[in-house]
Amino acid sequence: MSARVMRAGRRTLGALALSLLAILPVPASATNIQRVVSAGGIEAWLVQDATVPVIAMEFAFAGGSTQDPAGKPGVSNMVAGLLDEGAGDLDSKAFRERMERRAIDISFSDSREYLRGSLRTLKENRDEAFDLLRLSVTKPRFDDEAIERIRAQILSTLRRQSTSPNDIASRRFFEAAYGDHPYAWPPMGTMESVGGISADDLRSYTKRNLAREQLKVAVVGDIDAASLREQLDRIFGDLPAKPELRPVAPVTAAVPPARVNVTLDVPQTVIIFGAPGIMRADPDFMTAFVLNHILAGGMTSRLYNEVREKRGLVYGISETLVWFSGSALVLGSTATRADRANDTIQTTEDEIKRIATEGPTQRELDEAKAYLKGSQMLSLDTSSKIATALLQYQIDKLGIDYIDRRNSLVDAVTLADAKRVAKRLWDQKFLTVAVGRVVQPTGAPARN
Amino acid sequence: MTFFFRPALLLLLAAALLPGSATSSAAQAQVVQRPASFTLANGLQIVVIPDHRTPVVTHMIWYKVGSADETPGKSGLAHFLEHLMFKGTEKFPAGQFSKTVIRIGGQENAFTYYDYTGYYQRVPRDKLATLMEFEADRMTGLTLKDEEVLPERNVVLEEYNMRVANSPDAQLTEQIMAALYLNHPYGRPVIGWKHEIEQLNREDALAFYKRFYAPNNAILVVAGDVQPDEVRALAEKTYGLQARQPAIPAERKRPQEPTPVSPRTVTLADARVEQPSLRRYYLVPSAVTAPAEESAALEVLANVLGHGSNSYLYRALVVDRQIAISTSAWYMGSALDATQFAVSAVPKPGIGFADIEDGIDKVIADVAQNGVKADDLERVKTQIVSEAIYARDNQSTMARWYGGALTVGLTIDQIVNWPDRVRAVTSDQVRDAAKTWLDKRRSVTGYLIKDTAKREDKRS
Repeated sequence: MSARVMRAGRRTLGALALSLLAILPVPASATNIQRVVSAGGIEAWLVQDATVPVIAMEFAFAGGSTQDPAGKPGVSNMVAGLLDEGAGDLDSKAFRERMERRAIDISFSDSREYLRGSLRTLKENRDEAFDLLRLSVTKPRFDDEAIERIRAQILSTLRRQSTSPNDIASRRFFEAAYGDHPYAWPPMGTMESVGGISADDLRSYTKRNLAREQLKVAVVGDIDAASLREQLDRIFGDLPAKPELRPVAPVTAAVPPARVNVTLDVPQTVIIFGAPGIMRADPDFMTAFVLNHILAGGMTSRLYNEVREKRGLVYGISETLVWFSGSALVLGSTATRADRANDTIQTTEDEIKRIATEGPTQRELDEAKAYLKGSQMLSLDTSSKIATALLQYQIDKLGIDYIDRRNSLVDAVTLADAKRVAKRLWDQKFLTVAVGRVVQPTGAPARN
Repeated sequence: MTFFFRPALLLLLAAALLPGSATSSAAQAQVVQRPASFTLANGLQIVVIPDHRTPVVTHMIWYKVGSADETPGKSGLAHFLEHLMFKGTEKFPAGQFSKTVIRIGGQENAFTYYDYTGYYQRVPRDKLATLMEFEADRMTGLTLKDEEVLPERNVVLEEYNMRVANSPDAQLTEQIMAALYLNHPYGRPVIGWKHEIEQLNREDALAFYKRFYAPNNAILVVAGDVQPDEVRALAEKTYGLQARQPAIPAERKRPQEPTPVSPRTVTLADARVEQPSLRRYYLVPSAVTAPAEESAALEVLANVLGHGSNSYLYRALVVDRQIAISTSAWYMGSALDATQFAVSAVPKPGIGFADIEDGIDKVIADVAQNGVKADDLERVKTQIVSEAIYARDNQSTMARWYGGALTVGLTIDQIVNWPDRVRAVTSDQVRDAAKTWLDKRRSVTGYLIKDTAKREDKRS
């Protein structure tokens, strides 16, 4: 079904999609988050809310594409595509019929470091939904029929991506920044690697990664703590206690001296630019977060004004903070027609250099802080948005009280901090990847 | 950051168009609260959808004008104006509205489609009055300078490059729509034809604005933590001061399609295509032009054929015969005039379009002859109706559903009763819908293929 192809496609946005996580604000129902620990020791964060008879659950296993077998990228992605394609006694058809008959949504996705799951059900179908989820994580079947069907879908997406400037740019950026490190491995794999993935690869990955120890769970909706406590053991209790994870070494993104130009005959050139960023646990993280809003946060930001509003060079321009457990990036993207690509890159780099040198103004800082505080509850008005945020806080080890602390962290950012961190963040060379018609001789020096 | 809804996005809205009630066991409960609705003296209709979980409001103004209301030769004007609506008024110069929204932690954006143009903000509830003052002012107070208009036209051209020029798939959609509509302006792309976008100017935009932007041609939807009386009081003081424009006709009349008589095909060949695909659009009645039960039957039919891995197309083409990688179907019910029903498939490598089309034709013929199995019918109805409950979890989705449906001419009654209409659909009605409307003579089939010819050899 096309939804799967779309899902697979979304996954490959990789860093760009992941970077959206950087702007998660916190729920207004902050004070109502309960820590629920099951008898078997599985922890979940819960916001109980019966306004709408719906339950949303988000969870993540440590793993993701960095745990793919060396030389065989795409296993984690394929597992994600197959966990909801048959489990226990139910083949794919039967499993999906049980879901669809009650409008239950269960889906899986993978990123570089996590294999994530998502469940949505009406309250009245709760038991059936959790039972199907239990089967999918503890007894996936990996039937040949399903494997070949999903493999064909992934290959089809990879074929499409092979001429998509955005996908090419993203892949090339990660290759240039991370070389042989697992962060450079394409999460969806390659035509060759996906062609060679076996049922044993999928089973072995599942056995190594789907375990209780590093499992994170967030639940929002019409369910109480006692019921959830029981359900957690029912769903996840049969999993092995510990995952067998290969350590992923910390790494700093490389910035090669030359711009990466990829020739592709498309009317609009896609540009991705980035550099080493600031880790989530770094004391300067919140300052960087506020600063990034000033440079690139929406319709009043410097980049939006200078590149789009004043010069009409582009439709969209973004720059965000991206972080993994062992590396971090500032990562931006934009697109323009070929003959304006250099102008766009130059204007963008000038703005980055300007904020690196001068820092923001007091007024900009005040306004950014006001925005970040005010927007806190805004993005958390739905069950699944809140669940996704709570999961991310767990992944980032921010503590269950983060919600109460977050605005004071924003408030504490001073102009002196901001100027210092602006230098740290942006006074460095950037790696730029441009995919489009030839805009300049390959190998011309990158500007910083 | 303004944008127009991509068709794909709209489909999702349309697929689950209207809110409703619970599934099977909850089927009897009326879980949809009817929203408050009232009309100001100047003709502005206001709808208030309560959601008190979070102290946030979503404020959306919908104008009953879209790309299908453009004068021929000025395609893209509705969307271009949408961009220019962010350029300031006499009272609030450029940037002040956006700055205010951002300062209070809000979000904003806008969208254009064939039948409507909308602007929205999401803000903490106590800032609603501020927003309404800005948005009401922008209804008639726009001032435009060439130095703002011309760079913005370049921005729109870059949007065109991103959405269309860089996407062979989007170009195929444009070609299919142009071939499907022989007479109706739905055949023109929302973003416009490039050569016409390039010529749009300040005067065009202002003339279009004066012609269509007025309280009696708009619907305000406010969803979130707010009471109807509060909205009414604030609206009287803001939107209420805008004068009605009597020249705007109450009925929106566009040239209508003749009865289609011939199947058409279009082929888009592009060197960038690595994955061929096929799509067929049928010209069918919308929720506005069809009797309600027929529109509900078309919605059910689309889901039976193309939603999920138990849909008939997926089971036949992907699972059983294994000739396709994926399949889908959708019905764009929310439209003022005759609309589209689409089926699509991505063939497996080595499988020709003829096999795929044969497979699709057989599935459709079977439904047109035998209808739908009881189990399948029940499953599909449950899914459509459940979508409505899930939607209640998201105030923006609710605001979009009501705004989109009301703007094309549906009533609140029709929206609230939609789940009942879906529940009432019978196998015979689905069969009849397939027989009547999925007639190849009503269709355009589009093929996306790789252009392998060298440019100089193209004529051979």
